[in-house]
Amino acid sequence: MTYEVVIGLETHAELATITKLFCGCSTKFGVEPNTQVCPVCLAMPGVLPVMNKKAFEYALKAAIALNCKIDEFTNFDRKSYYYPDLPKNYQISQNYHNMGIDGYMDISVNGTISRIRIHNVHLEEEAGKLIHPEEVGADYSLVDFNRAGVPLLEIVSYPDMRRVDEVESYMQTLRKILLYTEVSDCKMQEGSLRFEASISLRKKGVDRLGNRVEIKNLNSMKSVLKAIEYETMRQRDVLDRGETVDRETRLWDEVNEKSARMRSKEESQDYRYFPEPDLLPVLIDEKWLRAIKDTIPELPLIRRQRFIETFALSDYDASLLIDEKILADFFEECVKILNRPKSFCNWITNDLLREVKDRKLDIYHLKIKPKQLAALVEIIEKGTISSTIAKEVFSEMIQTGKDPKTVVEEKKLVQISDEGLIEEIIIKIISSNPDAIEDYKKGKKNALTFLVGQVMKETKGKANPKIVNEMLMKKVGV
Amino acid sequence: MKIDKDQVENIAKLSRIRLTELEREMFVHQLNNILFYIEKLNKLDTENVAPMAYTSDVSNVFREDKLKPSIPLQDVLINAPATKSGFFKVPKVIE
Ligand SMILES: [Zn+2]
Repeated sequence: MTYEVVIGLETHAELATITKLFCGCSTKFGVEPNTQVCPVCLAMPGVLPVMNKKAFEYALKAAIALNCKIDEFTNFDRKSYYYPDLPKNYQISQNYHNMGIDGYMDISVNGTISRIRIHNVHLEEEAGKLIHPEEVGADYSLVDFNRAGVPLLEIVSYPDMRRVDEVESYMQTLRKILLYTEVSDCKMQEGSLRFEASISLRKKGVDRLGNRVEIKNLNSMKSVLKAIEYETMRQRDVLDRGETVDRETRLWDEVNEKSARMRSKEESQDYRYFPEPDLLPVLIDEKWLRAIKDTIPELPLIRRQRFIETFALSDYDASLLIDEKILADFFEECVKILNRPKSFCNWITNDLLREVKDRKLDIYHLKIKPKQLAALVEIIEKGTISSTIAKEVFSEMIQTGKDPKTVVEEKKLVQISDEGLIEEIIIKIISSNPDAIEDYKKGKKNALTFLVGQVMKETKGKANPKIVNEMLMKKVGV
Repeated sequence: MKIDKDQVENIAKLSRIRLTELEREMFVHQLNNILFYIEKLNKLDTENVAPMAYTSDVSNVFREDKLKPSIPLQDVLINAPATKSGFFKVPKVIE
């Protein structure tokens, strides 16, 4: 039987504020347990939350960037449940008036654009962190409340995805939008970006959705995709046996690459949402909305399209560049100085990214500046250095932040174009390699390549290869 | 609407409290009395009245994203029934 897979995603992103949502405690990651907590985020009796303006504006910014409808009235609700990582026994979230509803995000799969609708975007507070000791027979868990109260954005998609490549593109595109708008650092390894998937299968051509299964505990984009593949097979087997899929929540087991039931729909929780009386509503006027809108930069997919059209870059190159906003910015700075888009694109996507990877550099704090890369491309074009030497110069530049001219002078890398000097070297090479000359005269073309190589070696790569080639051909008599 | 014993039991479960049979009966009675009172209000025509969650007209109260000192670890853990290396220690939870 052929089935259609219907997939929706819930995304949680911790917002990039310095302090928590309702108190002045730091949101810094990786500090000693329970050292970034106060009476508010520990839910001591009598404390009152006060909303962090930046967190609210970040959430609003994300909702706008995801093309949501923004109501002029918004407020917060209590979502009640008991769990040791939740000190108040309720989470302040939004249920009746979300930050934004009915938005969409365009994604690109193999060059085809499709539109995934966004059901809602809302702001809530993060829970604490539970640690389950690995020692055998341990009958306790440990709680760290440093994360409790960190502002958390939840983005709920409609079940508009049908294939894993769409899911992958959705996750990548959403991550880029959150990074471009600078509302979250999206560090998945630190848990600041997390996904939950809901999956159902239906027979092809049938409108009604099948029973939906939610998958939690997905720690990387890779596990999201693996879990969806696993769940698709599991549900297909159930349906093929003529049974029905239970509506339930399942936990993904990363090690064994399978999922197990966490709770069924019958056991599902009663959150008893009601408006949070400790917080006042927020009214959003046109002026405020416009001010937030103005802070949203050109978004990745649009930027990619502009790069392809304006700079004649390939889809692949443009995608690589826009992948990290900082790289795309770097590229545009270079092009502003010198109109050589293709050349800068190559330097950035090949050499720069390789150096960054090999030397484990932080792309947000690169020593090399756009005007220096532009100067490098300029002296290659002038013939001051060869493109081979340029790679060496670039490597030095990215490590030290020196200007290309300084590197060339310090390392004496200026290209040798003096024909007299090159001729001397050629004569020397010819006389010490008589066999190669013989070979060449017998018709072995690569003997010439060998001789060119010898000249380059003698000059440590500095001889102008074009001149070397021409003079050698003359010397050996072609 | 009438509250029965099962509903009282469900509320007790959600609130993590244990009730005796006697208490259950007592709460059925008390909660129904409250609901009976509310029923009277339900007779009012509220069709064109928006639900009100806030009694004041104040809105948009914010704080700036500025750090404030947290409290010392020893004060954080002072009321905890059990602790371990700076953590709160709780009965094992695995969902
Ligand atoms: Zn706090």
